[in-house]
Amino acid sequence: MAFVSSGYNPDKPMEDRISDIGPRFYKEFLPPVLEKNYGKWVSHEILEPGLLVHEAESGDKVYTVRVGSARLISTELIREACAVAKQYCDGYLRWTTRNNIEFMTTSLESAKALKADLNSRKFDKGSYKFPVGGTGASVSNIVHTQGWIHCHTPATDASGTVKIIMDELFEEFTNMRMPAIVRVAVACCLNMCGACHCSDLAVVGFHRKPPIIDHEYLDNMCEIPLAIASCPTGALKPGKTELEGGKKVNTILVNNDRCMYCGNCYTMCPSLPLSDKEGDGVIIMVGGKVSNRISMPKFSKVAVAFIPNEPPRWPTLAKVCKKIIEVYAAEANKYERLGDWAERIGWESFFKKTELEFTHHLIDDFRDPAYFTWRQSTNFKF
Amino acid sequence: MAKHPTPLLDQLESGPWPSFVSDLKHAAEVRHKNPKGIELQIPEDVIDDLLGLLEMSYEDGTTHWKHGGIVGVFGYGGGVIGRYCDQPEKFPGVAHFHTVRVAQPSGLFYKAEYMEELCDLWDFRGSGMTNMHGSTGDIIWLGTTTPQLEEIFYELTHKHNQDLGGSGSNLRTPACCIGMSRCEFACMDAQHICHTFTNEYQDMLHRPQFPYKFKFKFDGCPNGCVASIARSDFSIIGTWKDDIKIDQAAVKAYVGGEIPPNAGAHAGRDWGKFDIQKEVIDLCPTKCMKYEGGKLTIETAECYRCMHCINVMPKALRVGDERGASILLGAKAPILDGAQMSSLLVPFIPCEDPYDEIKEVVELVWDWWMEEGKNRERLGETIKRLGFQKLLEVTNIKPMAQHVREPRTNPYIFWKEDEVPGGWSRDINEYRKLHQR
Ligand code: HEM
Ligand code: HEM
Ligand code: SF4
Ligand code: SF4
Ligand code: SF4
Ligand code: SF4
Repeated sequence: MAFVSSGYNPDKPMEDRISDIGPRFYKEFLPPVLEKNYGKWVSHEILEPGLLVHEAESGDKVYTVRVGSARLISTELIREACAVAKQYCDGYLRWTTRNNIEFMTTSLESAKALKADLNSRKFDKGSYKFPVGGTGASVSNIVHTQGWIHCHTPATDASGTVKIIMDELFEEFTNMRMPAIVRVAVACCLNMCGACHCSDLAVVGFHRKPPIIDHEYLDNMCEIPLAIASCPTGALKPGKTELEGGKKVNTILVNNDRCMYCGNCYTMCPSLPLSDKEGDGVIIMVGGKVSNRISMPKFSKVAVAFIPNEPPRWPTLAKVCKKIIEVYAAEANKYERLGDWAERIGWESFFKKTELEFTHHLIDDFRDPAYFTWRQSTNFKF
Repeated sequence: MAKHPTPLLDQLESGPWPSFVSDLKHAAEVRHKNPKGIELQIPEDVIDDLLGLLEMSYEDGTTHWKHGGIVGVFGYGGGVIGRYCDQPEKFPGVAHFHTVRVAQPSGLFYKAEYMEELCDLWDFRGSGMTNMHGSTGDIIWLGTTTPQLEEIFYELTHKHNQDLGGSGSNLRTPACCIGMSRCEFACMDAQHICHTFTNEYQDMLHRPQFPYKFKFKFDGCPNGCVASIARSDFSIIGTWKDDIKIDQAAVKAYVGGEIPPNAGAHAGRDWGKFDIQKEVIDLCPTKCMKYEGGKLTIETAECYRCMHCINVMPKALRVGDERGASILLGAKAPILDGAQMSSLLVPFIPCEDPYDEIKEVVELVWDWWMEEGKNRERLGETIKRLGFQKLLEVTNIKPMAQHVREPRTNPYIFWKEDEVPGGWSRDINEYRKLHQR
């Protein structure tokens, strides 16, 4: 195919250059009813799962239908969403921070038609394109990262694990029968681009083997001191080694016992890869939240130290996630977030009720804060 | 017929949740048919090769993307992330597969026509695959080749009045909740301040000048729908100071069961009749509410604005009128030294255009962090290393009890020399006059 120029002239890159103009102004894209009542909303109600109504001082109402999406989506699917928006919503639509898509209309009738239409759209093999739900005391869409589809450090896939967890919890996306909202997140490595560290249920990709050293190339590709400095546990040191054939090279040596497999060195130096079929898998963390409602925001805690990668459908992961959500749903009080429930009953009870094994891997041993997680009391449950 | 067989990925086409595999396959098919006759600027089978490469990852249990690579557009140090696959012979369509970050409008609202224009551009010069949106907030375009980058940027800026977002040791594209567009809880105009800051600090967004990444996020109220407290170096969260406004008639309607509690969020299950004592008064963490003689009262001075009562009875209770924001600093994910939540720096600050008071805090914090922060050290880590007192000092903020959860438990207190009468230099001979050797 022939190269088509946009008008850009590589010989004079500064000619006509426009830069630093920022994003488009959001008000260009607000549905008129929202623009008219901007800052003047008085209340809202969830009429049925996935269908909200907001009411303004003026008495105006707007109905919102919320649907899930895979986040990794094609322009084809976006175009289909746009067509729906044109048909029912004067061409306006929005995304949420949790990768849901929202369609807004001013009539209840068309909101219901919209909901039915969206629920009727399916891919050839049967999965929904636009499943309606994710409101109120439900499991909303999963925020997640890139995984094997597009990142260089993942220890697991993100799109695949999200798909299997949401398949497993689908009923909880379309119903509102949880004690409180449940936020789920997946991050494919400890960088946690998806900010998993504060979700009710979080899955984190995790390596279990120290980096493999590519001695032959390391010194040519990497700044040895920079890579060494990047290690948070001081597991790396400069050294020399002899290659097959007798050539001596400068390289990096790893103190395996100190390595926590964070991959930070690999980010600095491509000659230190650490991913591995048997070594990699996921951690499950629970009980985080970010809202200030009732209790303070809190971090998620590790509930399962390791589950192996089992692509394509990660059956063990799916089973454990479902179990945790089911026990929480059965036991927690109304309005009680997963972490608040676990704290009320005590973590020893949490493990008993969820039938998860407590192992030595769950006792913090990382630097000072570890101490604050040990029990300094005889108040415990048998 | 698919270019590469994908027996493992095919198993992700079943089940109710939208299948990204089905979507990818459909997109690949449309790209081959090319019904609009687009002069495709990157390989036609880019999506087939993406699927093939992913299938290989599913077999091998590991990624096949190489370590990044420096690519970008002229004059910008952010906005594009280089990506190359490690099997270019087998999957030439994704040999280069760079990510483009496109700055998102505040609140993630779009007009279909605009979205379609962007899709046209991305089908023409890229793979047609996207993330809507990246965790940071941008529209993420997955997969194009190096020669297309300037062309994409040129068309974005010239035709679509639209800029790239940030990546690298830059300011990241700021993000906000839906705010005043459609949420009655919003105590500040989250979208407006987000847009204003994004534009004001374009230079920081596109040209690396920080020790590491820096994120602003704006939550309109303490419910935290963009999770600013956990995900941003500079979290701005709307709040208020005066009384929660009570509509007593509506309170009665909740008690009487005429309005569903929590806006109907619990409708999927029979939780029994709404009990205001149990569900609101007793759950109020500060125990500052009373419901007596059919009247609800709140002792404002004791309320710490957790939002619970307002969430349960949104038609009866409203946030107060004296509104502004709290500023918290330093959230980050675990790498390197463990996760951090943002810590409260400014309990209350006006939040009105042009936001000068807030910008002043931002700039003082940046000056300090750019001076003192180590390479790849997030703001939260610098604060931890040098101490919260230092942060107060550089921002000229007076210490107050709000800054801590509890006072320190260890008495290893540092004093400055000028805080101690007479200073630290003393005369040993004077001392010896009183104390023998
Ligand atoms: C070279 C290494 C890295 C690459 C290539 C990378 C890439 C990315 C990308 C592409 C995103 C957007 C994610 C998405 O849309 O799914 C992102 C977001 C993010 N990254 Fe990274 N990242 C790297 C290192 C790190 C490190 C070291 C940290 C932690 C200190 C980190 C923390 C985050 C967080 C917290 C977000 C999401 C923030 C938010 O929710 O707004 N990343 N990163
Ligand atoms: C009408 C607009 C909205 C209202 C009234 C609303 C209300 C709330 C409430 C009451 C909470 C606190 C929940 C609790 O801790 O029990 C909350 C938290 C949250 N909401 Fe929203 N929300 C709205 C829109 C959204 C949207 C569109 C999203 C994205 C899909 C969203 C994402 C979140 C997140 C991420 C949290 C934090 C959860 C956590 O603590 O981890 N919200 N919201
Ligand atoms: S969490 Fe890790 S593996 Fe996943 S996208 Fe972020 S840096 Fe990549
Ligand atoms: S993986 Fe992390 S802990 Fe291990 S050597 Fe590399 S930087 Fe150090
Ligand atoms: S953070 Fe508060 S103001 Fe913003 S959308 Fe959530 S509930 Fe509304
Ligand atoms: S906002 Fe929270 S602390 Fe304040 S009265 Fe309501 S429940 Fe109590």
